[in-house]
Amino acid sequence: MSVVGHAPPPFFKRGPAPLVRLVFFVSLSLVLLVADLRFHTLEWARLAVATAAWPLQRVTGMPIDAAGDFGAYLSRQSTLLKDNEDLRRRQLGTANLLLRQDHLEQENKRLRTLLDMRERQPVEGRIAEILYAARDPFSRRVIIDKGSQHGIAPGNAVVDDIGVIGQVVRVFPLTSEVLLLTDKEQAIPVAVQRNGLRAVLAGAGSGMMELRFLAANAEVQVGDVLVTSGLDGVYLPGLPVAKVTKIDRDSSYSFARIICAPLAGVERHGLALVLGGRSALPPQPEDAPQTPDQPTRGKRVKKKVR
Amino acid sequence: MQPTHSSRRILLPVRNWFIVLTLVLALVLNLVPFGRFPGIPDWVALVLAFWCIHQPLKVGMAAGFMLGLAMDVADASVMGQHALAYVLLAYFAAGWSRRVLWFPLAQQALHVLPMLLGMQLVMLVTRMIAGAEFPGVLWFLSSITATLLWHPITYLLLTPQFQPEDKDVHRPI
Repeated sequence: MSVVGHAPPPFFKRGPAPLVRLVFFVSLSLVLLVADLRFHTLEWARLAVATAAWPLQRVTGMPIDAAGDFGAYLSRQSTLLKDNEDLRRRQLGTANLLLRQDHLEQENKRLRTLLDMRERQPVEGRIAEILYAARDPFSRRVIIDKGSQHGIAPGNAVVDDIGVIGQVVRVFPLTSEVLLLTDKEQAIPVAVQRNGLRAVLAGAGSGMMELRFLAANAEVQVGDVLVTSGLDGVYLPGLPVAKVTKIDRDSSYSFARIICAPLAGVERHGLALVLGGRSALPPQPEDAPQTPDQPTRGKRVKKKVR
Repeated sequence: MQPTHSSRRILLPVRNWFIVLTLVLALVLNLVPFGRFPGIPDWVALVLAFWCIHQPLKVGMAAGFMLGLAMDVADASVMGQHALAYVLLAYFAAGWSRRVLWFPLAQQALHVLPMLLGMQLVMLVTRMIAGAEFPGVLWFLSSITATLLWHPITYLLLTPQFQPEDKDVHRPI
């Protein structure tokens, strides 16, 4: 005896229909996606969970570490001898430069004071080990074993013995995430070492980088070395970044397509140096001068006093 | 329950703590940092699809959502990327469970392959819309590895439910 509009009670209660649940969870996921991608509001949640999961992550990393150690243990003695020989030769080669560096720095300091230029600030570095590449296949990030407890801050530049690797983007208490130069979201202001031409180098994915927004007839050659220009206030000027490998000057486009390969071992693992932050650059000049009609705050106060 | 609907073996009822344990173990296996090495299966997706097919009343979209959030944090990817993909995977796995379980294991694996590939495709589309780079065709290899593991993982996860085959002659019924 069912009244019209009243469904009979179900035998087994199973909650909402699958399609309803699907729509609910999909919309929840989409809200999360937008909140994270557009507004970056979920960093605190990630920080909390990642800190709690840190011991677990170290434990799961152990088999990989052990495999690497075992491989190194099995490396042949001849390789080690050859490595030693190479390193000794390189050390002799650079000793000359190292010995003269102190002298040159002193001289540079004196000359700069003579020229009344702002002294280059000394920057301290922290040696960090690259633990592993992040599992996310869509971006190029590595995890290093130093975090906010060791004084790492977001925005610090990371270099190895040849050149720039990337930049710290996310800091956890004991680890931090480094966005590599070859990631598509990473850009770095550079200058061509040969002639000082300034440009912006952006990651192009698949281990390469692209020199963007340079005119088709720009003065760039294959083999040019790009160094940081230091205009951004993040990277110190003069750090080697990349080498130009291919230039495609198609006159139908207004910009040349310039492909570069990173100089440092961006995709390799090992030790890296995290450079401390630079002090802030002077504020940029304002774009438009204020119109005289609008009285500034200071003027208004003066009138009141009068 | 039977291992497949056409099988004549009757399984013991599944224990809830065993389902939770296997899902947590899969999560731990996913945390092992293999980097960009191709062909490592997504263990969580595989185990989730297995339980959604075999126990659609116990494991479903809510579990997929929670595991997805955990993976998003562990992977340092965008929040909601794995959650969305796992929810869709759980929906289709649970919806197809009555059909899939009629087939022998090899053909079950062929049903699981498009589900896993579709899950990867959802992740790819969400990230490409956000402007990420294409990870390469080899990335899809992980679904194929997971499909090849369907046979062993079925026996592994159903082991606690199998009962001995020898008959007790003194049993009254």
